[in-house]
Amino acid sequence: MTVTDLVSYEDALASYDPVMGLEVHVELGTKTKMFCGCSTELKQDANSQTCPVCLGLPGALPVVNEIGVESAIKIGLALHCEIADWCRFARKNYFYPDMPKNFQTSQYDEPIAFNGYLDVQLEDGEIFRVEIERAHMEEDTGKSTHVGGATGRIHGASHSLLDYNRAGIPLIEIVTKPIEGAGARAPEVAKAYVAELRELIKALGVSEARMEMGQMRCDVNLSLRPNGTEKFGTRSETKNVNSLRSVERAARFEIQRHAAVLSSGGTIVQETRHFHEEDGSTTAGRIKDNAEDYRYFPEPDLVPVAPARDWVEELRKGLPELPRLRRARLKEDWGVSEHDMQSILNAGAVDLIVATIEAGAPADQARKWWMGELARNANETGRGLDELPITPAQVARVAALVAAGDLNDKLARQVIEGVLAGEGDPDTVVEKRGLKVVSDEGALSTAVDEAIAGNAAIADKIRGGKVAAAGALVGAVMKATRGQADAARVRELILEKLGVEG
Amino acid sequence: MPGITREEVAHLARLARLELKGEELDHFAGQLDDIIGAVARVSEVADQDVPPTSHPLPLTNVMRADEVRPSLTPAQALSGAPAQEQQRFKVPQILGED
Repeated sequence: MTVTDLVSYEDALASYDPVMGLEVHVELGTKTKMFCGCSTELKQDANSQTCPVCLGLPGALPVVNEIGVESAIKIGLALHCEIADWCRFARKNYFYPDMPKNFQTSQYDEPIAFNGYLDVQLEDGEIFRVEIERAHMEEDTGKSTHVGGATGRIHGASHSLLDYNRAGIPLIEIVTKPIEGAGARAPEVAKAYVAELRELIKALGVSEARMEMGQMRCDVNLSLRPNGTEKFGTRSETKNVNSLRSVERAARFEIQRHAAVLSSGGTIVQETRHFHEEDGSTTAGRIKDNAEDYRYFPEPDLVPVAPARDWVEELRKGLPELPRLRRARLKEDWGVSEHDMQSILNAGAVDLIVATIEAGAPADQARKWWMGELARNANETGRGLDELPITPAQVARVAALVAAGDLNDKLARQVIEGVLAGEGDPDTVVEKRGLKVVSDEGALSTAVDEAIAGNAAIADKIRGGKVAAAGALVGAVMKATRGQADAARVRELILEKLGVEG
Repeated sequence: MPGITREEVAHLARLARLELKGEELDHFAGQLDDIIGAVARVSEVADQDVPPTSHPLPLTNVMRADEVRPSLTPAQALSGAPAQEQQRFKVPQILGED
């Protein structure tokens, strides 16, 4: 592999101004494909979810999935787009075995949604507006496996194997207008945009938008122009950048690479680039010359889509609160800092905390458990918070037991541990493990008496006014009750019995 | 003026992965030009009040409910494949891509 020349990020920005265009493909969460009734379930047996339509067999006729169209309109509306009165599908013709029809059914010059924007919040709180060119409906391709090459890449492969289960799954492609004026923050804007778009898609309920599952994929188009000039430079198109971190790294790498080429007097070739997770670099792919010619034409087998205005307005009314505004509201309600809110968002804990609060827990408790004990467990076991075998209602129950004085924090942690270990719901774990705070005053009183008797010297110190020494006796009582006593109550009892004011 | 040139036919042949000899290009260019010319006569009779149409039927919004229907079995799906391996369609080495 050849080493790519780079200049430092700071040097690149000192001379050049980046312009970006982001194309995001979202796989919709419909039950069936865009143009046929085949299931879209993932990870099924190869070629077990195909039919004459998605295999492109002669005579098969596609019919549009209603929820596919509805989802596209919802996405368009949430991105403040205009929704077409009337639009058509088009055939994008190309020869590649990932599409058995030899064309992809897409939309060309009549996208269902166009001219919108998405406001994204950067880490310091600044709001950056990303303009949306269009959002259109299309379908996913099949999955190729290359055999015989060194690393499963096309290079050196003797042949390829095709599984068409994914061919025809609905996709919405969302394309930004050129993003200008971000300067040094371009990579951060790219990441924030994709992050916000993902939250939006999830809030709309049209897709789970899991980037690691390929349900959301981003192409980063980037060019540089000398500072102070207007005309765009030649762009590169980095394909399939599939995590938020990668989006940022890909943009940053391309800025440094373009700057190195341009500042040494070279020219940027318009080409696709492949992103490499391992080191954040990109390498050259296909050169985009003018021979690329998809010969788009209106799809004759599908009639136009003309969304009725009252349907569009009904969908508009049903839109959820925008994620950015919802976050701002929750941050306010929960009384947390911008930084804490960002951590909660990054941990994927927002909805879990909301659900825990709805199940009756105070906000601070809900936040404390999800961002503390549970986040730690998720981290250690390599799972997402939402994959932990504990529900918000169960976390709320633990919080309620603490609030009622039935559990202290230490016991509550053991209860959560038990729930995660599959021992049952919180009450069952409390029961089975015998984890109740000793609230029986008689039993506590006895334990305190024993602790005083067994630590006469310390007791004397306390009588003499060294109240701080009470901690040692509290510890003794906690030990005697195996941690199941309410420490604050124990302290009260000790001071009371020794005749000292707390 | 509608019509098609020999160069355009050669371009389309390349896009369609068809290998055409020189005399075939001449032959098809002539034939295709005739066909396009014949179809173009439609626009002579269509006046300003007739919008371009891509569908002969005045239909819009033909949609289906998002309900799963049975798919083919993998064996049925692969029954027309010239070659298969691991329950997948087997295709020759893909060239022209990296």
